[in-house]
Amino acid sequence: MSVQALFFAAYRDLLGTRTLSVELPDGATVADLVVALRGRGAPFDALPVEPAVAVNRAYAFPSEPLRPGDEVAFIPPVAGG
Amino acid sequence: MIHTAVVKDPIDPAAVLARVGAAEDGAALLFLGTVRNHADGSTVRGVTYESYEQMAAPVLAEIAREAAEILGTDHVGVVHRVGDLAVGEHSVAIAVSSPHRAQAYEASRYIIEEIKKRLPVWKKEHYTDGRDVWARGTTPRGTGAPVPTVEARR
Repeated sequence: MSVQALFFAAYRDLLGTRTLSVELPDGATVADLVVALRGRGAPFDALPVEPAVAVNRAYAFPSEPLRPGDEVAFIPPVAGG
Repeated sequence: MIHTAVVKDPIDPAAVLARVGAAEDGAALLFLGTVRNHADGSTVRGVTYESYEQMAAPVLAEIAREAAEILGTDHVGVVHRVGDLAVGEHSVAIAVSSPHRAQAYEASRYIIEEIKKRLPVWKKEHYTDGRDVWARGTTPRGTGAPVPTVEARR
């Protein structure tokens, strides 16, 4: 299946891209996506081992299963206000 | 009525305050977050706020609804600005009103603290020495928990 990864702020600067389509095995979780991305090597391996992630615009735990077409946003530490 | 927005144009504090207040409310509060001219010992000339637009709007609305529970009224107005801001410009305006002051102070404080904990917004500080640095932030709670650890699954 394919999911859409989104990167913001410091993560976008790190990776040089805002969006990325990622192929994953069916049943993959948020944690599996992080492993797959970090496994690509530099600069992806500079992402945190356990980054904050939002699936379809809601914060999600690493164990959350993903579905085809999910929007998975990598959320650097937030600094609004 | 609860009003929340993430906007690109300058915030008009009076307009946000005008969103709240009622005949039964004896207390109205306006909080303004303002870009300051220093950070980490360096001089700041301006900042850029970036948001995850499609998520920031619903999260801000959720925070305002939670504050309304504290407040006992739905008299809440919260506007957060994004884009390039100069020193002295307002990044956020929070207005609340309630029958009594205690709930108003508590709800106003709740909103700004929750914004800092979980609103998907980031701030890049532009220093006068030419550096541009993403401000250290807060990792939203309820995320990134070790369930199980990513390393263990490798």
